[in-house]
Amino acid sequence: MPEPFKLILKNLDEPGYTPDIGCYQRHGGYEALKRALAMPPRELPDGKKLSPQEALREDVKASGLRGRGGAGFSAGLKWSFVDRRSGKPIYLICNADESEPGTFKDRQILHKDPHQLIEGMILSCWANDVKLAYIYIRGEMPHGAKLLNQALKEARAAGFLGKNILGTGYDLEIHVHRGAGAYICGEETGLIESLEGKRAYPRIKPPYFPAVLGLYMCPTIVNNVETLCHVKHIVLMGPAEYAKLGTPNNTGTRIVSLSGDVRRPGYYEIQVGRVTLGELIFDQNFGGGLKAGRSLKAIIPGGSSSKVLKAGEVFKLNHKGADGQMTKVDVPLLDLPYDFDSLQQAGTMSGSSAIIVLDDSRSMVETLGNLSEFYAHESCGQCTPCREGALWLAKATHRLCHGEGRKADADYLTHIAQNIQGRTICAFGEAASWPVLSFVKKFRDEFEAQGAADEAAHANARGSVRPAAGSLPTH
Amino acid sequence: MSAPAAPSTPPAPAPAPAAPPVETMTVKVNGKTVQVPKTMPDWQGKPAPTTMLQAARIAGVDIPHYCYHDKLPVAGNCRMCLVEFGTPMIGPDRKPVLNEDGTPKIARSVLPYEPGTARGAIACATPISPGMEIYADSKATQQMRESVLESLLINHPLDCTICDQAGECKLQEYSVQHGKAGSQFVEAKVHKPKAVDLGPRIVLDDERCILCTRCIRFTRDIAGDDALGIVNRGSYNTIGAFEPGRFDNNYTLNTVDLCPVGALTSKDFRFKMRVWFLKETKSLCTSCGTGCNITIGSREGVIHRYEPRDNDAVNGPWMCDSGRLNYRWIGRADRLKEVLRTSSGGPRERITWNAALETAADILRRAPQGGVAFVVSARQTNEELFLLKKLATHTGALTDSVPREGDPDRLLVSADRNPNSNGVRLTGMAFTEFGFNLLKIADGIALGRIRTLVVFGEDLTREGLGPELLAKLDALIVSDILPNATTAAATLLLPGAAHAEKRGTFVNVKGRLQRFQKAVEPPGDARPESEFLQELVQAVTGEEPARSIEGLFNRMAAGVPAFAGVEWARIGDAGVTVQL
Ligand SMILES: Cc1cc2nc3c(=O)[nH]c(=O)nc-3n(C[C@H](O)[C@H](O)[C@H](O)COP(=O)(O)O)c2cc1C
Ligand code: SF4
Ligand code: SF4
Ligand code: SF4
Ligand code: FES
Repeated sequence: MPEPFKLILKNLDEPGYTPDIGCYQRHGGYEALKRALAMPPRELPDGKKLSPQEALREDVKASGLRGRGGAGFSAGLKWSFVDRRSGKPIYLICNADESEPGTFKDRQILHKDPHQLIEGMILSCWANDVKLAYIYIRGEMPHGAKLLNQALKEARAAGFLGKNILGTGYDLEIHVHRGAGAYICGEETGLIESLEGKRAYPRIKPPYFPAVLGLYMCPTIVNNVETLCHVKHIVLMGPAEYAKLGTPNNTGTRIVSLSGDVRRPGYYEIQVGRVTLGELIFDQNFGGGLKAGRSLKAIIPGGSSSKVLKAGEVFKLNHKGADGQMTKVDVPLLDLPYDFDSLQQAGTMSGSSAIIVLDDSRSMVETLGNLSEFYAHESCGQCTPCREGALWLAKATHRLCHGEGRKADADYLTHIAQNIQGRTICAFGEAASWPVLSFVKKFRDEFEAQGAADEAAHANARGSVRPAAGSLPTH
Repeated sequence: MSAPAAPSTPPAPAPAPAAPPVETMTVKVNGKTVQVPKTMPDWQGKPAPTTMLQAARIAGVDIPHYCYHDKLPVAGNCRMCLVEFGTPMIGPDRKPVLNEDGTPKIARSVLPYEPGTARGAIACATPISPGMEIYADSKATQQMRESVLESLLINHPLDCTICDQAGECKLQEYSVQHGKAGSQFVEAKVHKPKAVDLGPRIVLDDERCILCTRCIRFTRDIAGDDALGIVNRGSYNTIGAFEPGRFDNNYTLNTVDLCPVGALTSKDFRFKMRVWFLKETKSLCTSCGTGCNITIGSREGVIHRYEPRDNDAVNGPWMCDSGRLNYRWIGRADRLKEVLRTSSGGPRERITWNAALETAADILRRAPQGGVAFVVSARQTNEELFLLKKLATHTGALTDSVPREGDPDRLLVSADRNPNSNGVRLTGMAFTEFGFNLLKIADGIALGRIRTLVVFGEDLTREGLGPELLAKLDALIVSDILPNATTAAATLLLPGAAHAEKRGTFVNVKGRLQRFQKAVEPPGDARPESEFLQELVQAVTGEEPARSIEGLFNRMAAGVPAFAGVEWARIGDAGVTVQL
């Protein structure tokens, strides 16, 4: 039976573990920083020399670390895109906005082990010549912000932060910035705008790629809390050892937020790809199975934005045979390894690694109604397809949830959602439309049955099949 | 290269040094191959990578757009300009993949997560790349446009019949060209505030607003007053002023021009006139020395609005509110409409133009050298000043003009509130500093040396030449448009025409020589000054009048060194720069 693998979560839930620097250092804290900063330049076999900072950047690339915030983009590659010739300062921002519904992993670190994040950040900043960094923490986590500020103060007092860190001449300041209370503040360019004191309107890319034109139009790195913590472990373990965790191209560990209709909801750290969806839901070490008498209906595998998977689905996955040949193999839903690539091949994503389990007591229509209302409320409203489409979707699903549905609404919803995805400024457009597209596609009968039932009820009631237009309560 | 012959006329401005060859790349727009520069001016005029929208324009294809504006920072929010595109395929060897016929294979843009579906890029912000193909009319592109329009219309009130923008509305226009007849929308619309008082000159209808943020970007990035913003979220997004009712900088009315729909309206123009009834005339604003290019909207002899007319050499697409709204005086009821003469001691009588010009000619012919002085406004045209200069030269007169100063701003408004100060200088009617001779003229009148004073367009009683002093003159010949204490004291009053009532040229503070056309007729007996001045010059000096304003201008160009070589026709609608 696979077990949780505690790398990031190693200490924070241990009895007696406290968020202060003393406790952190008693558990080996800041050793990675000391080691990295004492590193000599690295000689390469071809005679080239890498500065210790360049060497760490190479190590992060070699470790295979992929972003834990949502897109799963290679952290090392992201760092390599940073414009280092512009002469402008380079900024690093820790994305601690954690707002994707179903996700509750970053807050564990922020509240219980803030120094782990800070050490990861200092290392990442040092590797990228960053002198000023920010932690953008979700507005609804005021206690976390307080703890972080306290931790930063301690780190400064201990000489890990501020001027002339550990006597190396390296200066770094980190500031905590509390978010403005919107989901869109987690989108990296919306976050940057918000950090600049503006409305969190995501920026168009091109031209505003953060690596070139980020915070204050300077090169900027945005990484998730968990991503930055991993850098510390890459330093401690070395990239080769680290890459042995997890599976090829899906290295390391991930913290999974498991919620919904399981017996043991919670956060579990696993080696990426070494545990299947079925194990996460049913094993005693993880979800512990469904409630008595219930059967699995659907899984939202990577945060509310990811496309839903239906119980009983079988996917065609690439499989590399012993001879190195790629073949397609059938993989049933519950046997899907929980990693970036497998979920992508299954037509969805691991996103923020938040798994929401739905059993047979759940109405897919109502579940979608809930999600669509969230997206309508959170659309920033900057670009036309999402601004108008997200509320339109919410109004339509609201009708379906309140006896005003139509059989045609399945197609109607699909039409609206298809006109959002791929046409917006930021990936929120996908986030708002993917649940709709996948719910309607995979549970079409449920949507049509609901619509047909409503139409029949109306026909009986007043001899008309056309319902009055429904409306959402305005906020 | 041989040395140029010694110039007999002042040298024409040296030809600009040969521009460095423009680097270009080849792209295809709707199947047509075009060479386009690698960089083109961005909203500030700085070179930036050429966008798909700019490349399409070069190919003669206009990609529909709402939020994009040449002179505003790119926002990319309306998504109207989404286009399907393709780029040359690159093989694993990093070399282009070729078709059988040797042409490069093109990979059409698709969604990374749904390779069967086309992916659009916003043409307004996406740079072109070599070999790119832009499909501005493909099925996929049309579908994207249709759906954006559908989204914009679902919550729109569709009240075109009572909307001021009707006829100039991009939502109407694009809906006809690119929209689908019906929408599937069956939900309740979002309701937003109507008739919001944004500021002293602007009313906003939030339901009509398509949230393109042109108004916000203009006032923040061009006018430098971060006064507008968006409140609420998502579909409830609403434009608002930072302080309600206080959107009151001197450029607010430009947002009405910029608004692609009828959301922002001018209180001055609101509900006054259907725009398609307006006659449009190319003219200039005369309220300061910048000389913003304008279009006068008039109907049946009445001016209803000024709008800025694009000219990158002067005002770009903008103008200030005070200049824009300064047109009502032209239609004032108390305009000078009659030619009047006061015989010594007698009453004022209405006379004919012929009689008036004879009287004036007689006075000027008899005047001893130095017995006449001229004070001419820097609101007169170059042509008028040129003719006045002839008379002044003939009579050996002292001449001057009157300064008009105010505070400049950082965008357009000049400290010089006269439209043609440089015209006065270039025609030799005054020195660099205006008012320099006024004191001498006053002394001359007081001492009885100057017995005739010719005044065009200024009230000298406000410049220290009071009615008692003026009363000492034998003759006070005045031309003006509106009554004042000087016109009241005139012994001969010649009613002139406002600039909107005549043709002519001005030279702005930066040396831009610009012409303007006639929009409406002058009232009553009032006449364009250049007409009657030509007759007067003929009567005094015997010189034949030119038959047209063109002829007069060309004659002036031969006589005024700064205008050498310029012809009326060459000035064009955008003007030419002359040496100051
Ligand atoms: C609508 C939206 C919301 C997002 N919210 C978060 C968030 O709360 N936290 C986060 O780390 N990333 C979030 N992201 C992803 C970020 O844009 C960005 O990709 C991420 O912070 C990069 O970090 P990583 O490379 O370490 O994953 C969001 C993206 C979108 C489109
Ligand atoms: S996609 Fe939605 S959230 Fe993203 S910029 Fe557009 S309106 Fe805002
Ligand atoms: S008021 Fe007009 S210019 Fe301003 S955002 Fe709305 S539609 Fe655009
Ligand atoms: S800046 Fe001067 S010329 Fe331009 S509109 Fe204003 S007053 Fe008229
Ligand atoms: S014109 Fe609005 S997105 Fe391009």
